[in-house]
Amino acid sequence: MSFMIEMLWSDRLVFLLLAAGIAATWYVRKREHLLLPWRRVAQSSVALVSLLVLTLFVVVGLLDSMHYRTALPEQSKGVAVYSPEVLSVFDKLVEPLRMYKEKTYSAPFALTLYAKESMSDAAGNIVRDYPRLQYGGAHLNDVSERDADVAKRALIGALAGLLAGGLLVWLARRWMSQRAVSVTILAMTTLIGAIASLAAEYHVLGTDKVGQDVLYLSLKSIRTGLIIGTVTTLVTLPLALFFGLAAGYFRGWVDDVIQYIYTVLSSIPSVLLIAAAVLMMQVTIDTHPEWFDTTASRADLRLVFLCLILGVTSWTGLCRLLRGETLKLREMEYIQAAQSFGVSSMRILSRHILPNVMHIVLIALVMDFSALVLAEAVLSYVGVGVDPSMISFGTMINAARLEMAREPMVWWALVSAFGFMLVLVLAANLFADAVRDAFDPRLNRTEADS
Amino acid sequence: MIEYLIRRILYAVPILIGVNLLTFALFFVVNTPDDMARMQLGIKRVTPEAIDKWKQQRGYDKPMLINSEAGGASTFTDTIFWGKSASMFVFDFGYSDDDRSISHEISTRMGPSLAIALPTFLVGLVVYVSFALLMTLFRATALDMAGVALCVLLMSISGLFYIIGGQFLVSKLWHLVPISGYAGGAESFKFVVLPIVIGVVGGIGSSSRWYRTIFLEEIGKDYVRTARAKGLSELRVLFTHVLKNAMIPILTGVVVVIPLLFMGSLLTESFFGIPGLGSYTIDAINAQDFGVVRAMVFLGSVLYIAGLIFTDISYTIVDPRVRLT
Repeated sequence: MSFMIEMLWSDRLVFLLLAAGIAATWYVRKREHLLLPWRRVAQSSVALVSLLVLTLFVVVGLLDSMHYRTALPEQSKGVAVYSPEVLSVFDKLVEPLRMYKEKTYSAPFALTLYAKESMSDAAGNIVRDYPRLQYGGAHLNDVSERDADVAKRALIGALAGLLAGGLLVWLARRWMSQRAVSVTILAMTTLIGAIASLAAEYHVLGTDKVGQDVLYLSLKSIRTGLIIGTVTTLVTLPLALFFGLAAGYFRGWVDDVIQYIYTVLSSIPSVLLIAAAVLMMQVTIDTHPEWFDTTASRADLRLVFLCLILGVTSWTGLCRLLRGETLKLREMEYIQAAQSFGVSSMRILSRHILPNVMHIVLIALVMDFSALVLAEAVLSYVGVGVDPSMISFGTMINAARLEMAREPMVWWALVSAFGFMLVLVLAANLFADAVRDAFDPRLNRTEADS
Repeated sequence: MIEYLIRRILYAVPILIGVNLLTFALFFVVNTPDDMARMQLGIKRVTPEAIDKWKQQRGYDKPMLINSEAGGASTFTDTIFWGKSASMFVFDFGYSDDDRSISHEISTRMGPSLAIALPTFLVGLVVYVSFALLMTLFRATALDMAGVALCVLLMSISGLFYIIGGQFLVSKLWHLVPISGYAGGAESFKFVVLPIVIGVVGGIGSSSRWYRTIFLEEIGKDYVRTARAKGLSELRVLFTHVLKNAMIPILTGVVVVIPLLFMGSLLTESFFGIPGLGSYTIDAINAQDFGVVRAMVFLGSVLYIAGLIFTDISYTIVDPRVRLT
């Protein structure tokens, strides 16, 4: 079956970021003085473990960022027609999860739907009972067989995962300096193995209102969260660096103008500013439906715009920090020496000041990431987040929240969304702390004092 | 001091003008009133007459900045900018889409917002600072490590979870207080207590950790060593000496949010059905009532700037060395 690669805007930005990340790694790798703080990060087992968890999330997110559209069987005038449904490599990998749709809610590992329905039994009488699921546990005859089957499958999957993990650790034994890292890899592969083997036959985390597998939804949400957390920095960074360095270095009227701009922006409560900007974006998108050929591309453009808006409203904090640091640095002797040698301002800024503020930038970026992931859920709840058709933690929570009042409660979608978000944000927070400890010179000193 | 305050208030004027121009640009230039009318009336099958009627009802049928047809002063006053944006400087916010005076709504809704936000703020401040001081007291021990780990865990949990989880546990499972709603007077207690508790718990993680960093920075200073050398107990050193000296960084982060308490909290109010300004804003966002959103943006920045001025005044109260000139 032929297909067409579909590069959504957010995909391009993701791969741009990936390329920038690889380039930065390459650059740092050759320079011992830049490598030093990273070595300090690598000494902390907490940092390495959380980095491993984050890597797993990033791999899922990257696989989910490679989109394509398959060709429809019929052709129009000899030209292939492509399906309006945009799929990703990740969708293909977990195809059963995506395809096995039930009718409506079902609990984790359930064999039957959540609600009773009228059915006719073998004798033709109408009975009200819980109908069997179309896919979840369809290979079993009766509920009584389920527990043994679940245990068997979980065990087989876990063993396979453990073996694969063991092989991986053995192959990479040169780099396994810390036991915590090997243990985490083993734990992760075991868990993935068990879940993968179970997910083939059951809905491990249940299904949602339209019968979609919740595990699939949670995994798809990862990409949205990661994009909000990272692409936003593409906007924040240039603005904060340019304005912060300019204000601190040139002082005078440049400083006044820049300070005015960021005071105006930061004096508006951020949720309101974001809400106002998103509302306006919505008007533009809704009045120009002709811009988009698929629903996915519309939802995607909205996501990119959301990142843009988040970036424009959140660069002021970093800008203020950078301005302060530049004000301090420009009085240092080596800068004054450069000035008296007649080095141009541009060169002083890029060669002498920029490298010396990079630690602030890096710390701010890793610290902001988790806040942005959490903000996405809140904004989607307020109604100014991602497009309702886009799968994200926010839309999941929003949909599940309305079902809290049901009896018995539909808890699984909420718990899954919050659980995945907690793991992602906790790993990001722990990693950010380690980065800050390693890069912040001020922090090291105060800790030595106390 | 008076002179300083007057100057600060005058400084605020250009910033508010900036805010005003920014919201004007956002709401009227990025999308013309025609776009907004089309959006509100449904994208397809909108007649030009319907758009004109919509604009006329809301006063959007005037020129943007300069009305060349009207003579004299009304060249500038009979425009959208003057009527919708500049008028906010005298707190004339106009009418919402359901024809109620926005100023009146704001004044009646401030009360319920404050009933939640003020206790949350005060109780929260006491709890966070005490928790942080306790962690500082046991610094570099297993207890401190556990405290910090707890903080990191708490701050990694989504704020929505605290609200949904709290409502489920306290209201649905234990039936202690109603799930949502609001009543005036003494009745209000049972409605506000859960939002307040949830608000305080939700902030413990990030706030206590932040205060702990501040206290740890103070504790390495000379006066602390002197106090200890005098034979004061560690508790006394922390709760009087260190706390007092850490006031400046604490006030920097705290005082600025006090005026913003009037705005209420978007999430808490909408989940608990509190008729405050937060839920007003959320309803306006969902109904795409641009007039209300514009008013709230302007009000928010006025309160923020007031908070900055209060911060400066508070410095002089806690630290006599600070003079405002």
